[in-house]
Amino acid sequence: MSSVLKTNALESEAIYIFREVISQFDKPVLLFSGGKDSITLVRLAQKAFFPAKIPFPLLHVDTGHNFPETIAFRDKLVEELGLELIVRNVQDAIDEGKVVEETGKYSSRNSLQTTTLLDAIEEFKFDACIGGARRDEEKARAKERIFSVRDDFGQWDEKNQRPELFDLLNGKIENGQNVRVFPISNWTELDVWSYIEQEQIEIPSIYFSHKRKVFIRDGMIWSHSPYVYQDADEVVEERIVRFRTVGDMSCTAAVDSYAATISEVVGEIRASTISERGARIDDKRSEAAMEKRKQQGYF
Amino acid sequence: MEVLKIATAGSVDDGKSTLIGRLLYDTQSLTTDKLEAIEKSSKQKGYDYLDFSLATDGLVAEREQGITIDVAHIYFSTAKKSYIIADTPGHVEYTRNMVTGASTSQVSIILIDARKGVIEQTYRHFFINNLLRVKEVIVAVNKMDLVDYSEEVFNNIKADFEALNAKSTFKEQVVSYIPLSALTGDNVVEKTQAMPWYKGQTILEHLEALEPTDVYEKGQARFPIQTVIRPKTEEYHDFRGYAGKLYGNNIKVGDAVTVLPSLTESKVTNIHFFDQQFDEAVAGSSITIELENDINVTRGDMIVKSNELPKVEKDITTTVCWMDSKKLVAGTKYLIQHNTNRVLAKIDSVKNVIATDYSGTTPASQLAINEIGEVTIKLSKPLYFDAYNDNKSNGAFILIDASTNTTAGVGFIKY
Repeated sequence: MSSVLKTNALESEAIYIFREVISQFDKPVLLFSGGKDSITLVRLAQKAFFPAKIPFPLLHVDTGHNFPETIAFRDKLVEELGLELIVRNVQDAIDEGKVVEETGKYSSRNSLQTTTLLDAIEEFKFDACIGGARRDEEKARAKERIFSVRDDFGQWDEKNQRPELFDLLNGKIENGQNVRVFPISNWTELDVWSYIEQEQIEIPSIYFSHKRKVFIRDGMIWSHSPYVYQDADEVVEERIVRFRTVGDMSCTAAVDSYAATISEVVGEIRASTISERGARIDDKRSEAAMEKRKQQGYF
Repeated sequence: MEVLKIATAGSVDDGKSTLIGRLLYDTQSLTTDKLEAIEKSSKQKGYDYLDFSLATDGLVAEREQGITIDVAHIYFSTAKKSYIIADTPGHVEYTRNMVTGASTSQVSIILIDARKGVIEQTYRHFFINNLLRVKEVIVAVNKMDLVDYSEEVFNNIKADFEALNAKSTFKEQVVSYIPLSALTGDNVVEKTQAMPWYKGQTILEHLEALEPTDVYEKGQARFPIQTVIRPKTEEYHDFRGYAGKLYGNNIKVGDAVTVLPSLTESKVTNIHFFDQQFDEAVAGSSITIELENDINVTRGDMIVKSNELPKVEKDITTTVCWMDSKKLVAGTKYLIQHNTNRVLAKIDSVKNVIATDYSGTTPASQLAINEIGEVTIKLSKPLYFDAYNDNKSNGAFILIDASTNTTAGVGFIKY
């Protein structure tokens, strides 16, 4: 019997990008956060170079405020795949006085990561940093290139980007510059989840429903943790929650959820698109529909 | 999920933002906060309809601030498939951006204001879609509500466009005409009652019916090598796999192949995708191929079927679209990136500038930014290529300025 490989366009594109990275740069690195997007990147990199090992290290910029489940998952993944992991700590930059820790109710180490990242790029002379950013996430990212050139200071000049035509990626840079590479630029949140489901990729347990000590602030569910500032009147309660995105404990809010498997999570995301957006749209659609009728009647 | 890539281009006033906003709204792809913002702002402006152009307001605001906008990507999906719109607004760098958007799209939407009909911008837009050989063109005749949903107006525009289409050099291109109003939603997602004379599909129905395919046309199989995979582990001690993306057509185990530029002949013994092996791979696949004999193959080489050899030349005649503020003149050197191959190139001559309104060519000796012209190029090493019209992937290239590293232009090989 003859077997024909059918292609998933997004997957094929991502694999192509990984292979361009390894060919056009001397010292690439994969920026690994332990979140679903960077875990997906690891799977795609595996596919791009199999049966060889992934030919570049992972870099984790550790804020020190990560969920312990994420760190445990990271270490297990690295060991299973025989990868090289570089960890650089935000705490070190704080101790060296390079950055100052935020204080107060909304303090987070999220923004402090940049200094540590740029230091690591300089230390290891990385010329390509592969990240899991997607264009559907945010307006500025909608204009990101797949190969996005950064100057010696790590800055992005969005007004002066190289056009990207066909599959032709131009990774030529000056010494000292580096390129941020986004292999899943064209994926949406749902594409990532569907892929995780299809490929049965293992992800950290906090993406699934679990019991957690939390408190409510500004209508959001915050984790109760020594790393998260909490007012005396913010009451701790136990809830069944999961996380939709995973970052720092101080900047990642949970959602109420009973989704315990990937297919339930995918189902929840599909449904939430309809309940969060759709339910309201239905209301508004009838208004618009009435206006439409008015206009049609007018004509 | 399948992905359909669409290119749109135009200015604010032709209703492009409204059309995209309407597509997002009617497919329930807008977030709650965005919707509320649209309602609030529409009310403030005293409109008795929702101003959907605000769905892409990030772009508009940027324009007001004078920031250069190029290609923005917009995503939405239906139960059937995912859509990516490469949206290229603005007049200033219109050609450069439109060419960029069209290079990765299977479908192009050309918007025409029903009150204005076919204008210069329509010509330019269509010309680029011809030049790049975008498979499907949808001519969206917008603002039909402002011309009393007149069948006559629509038919006149259609006739004008068909006259334009007669000049097209890409006869296989499928051109469809849809009368609509992005503002009221007529024929965008839902069929309208206002134009009973129109029996065709709405824009979304049309898009839903299209089968997403590789944006590259079917042609002869071309496999440019990206990298050679040599695991050097015990289990795969002698493994030597050629990794790349397959273009043009399928490749099968047992195919007699030739490696360029060495012209070494061999046979495909294995097609790998991750930890699985296949007898055949379709165009668009990122695969790893093993060959029968151990031969010296490196990045930039290309594997083709032995009875389908491409052209091998050191002198090429091309159509170039220039994208750099530094003009393209004869005698200058650039790096050509063609597939995974980079070759030093010297501009031999700039022959002419091609008018994008189909009025012909003007002799010229240089190309300025956003100009398209015929250019002959001398290469330091032979390129193995096809004419762009025969094989998109193997006929397109970019020119890289070695002093700035920027992508200065894109070219389409004629011969």
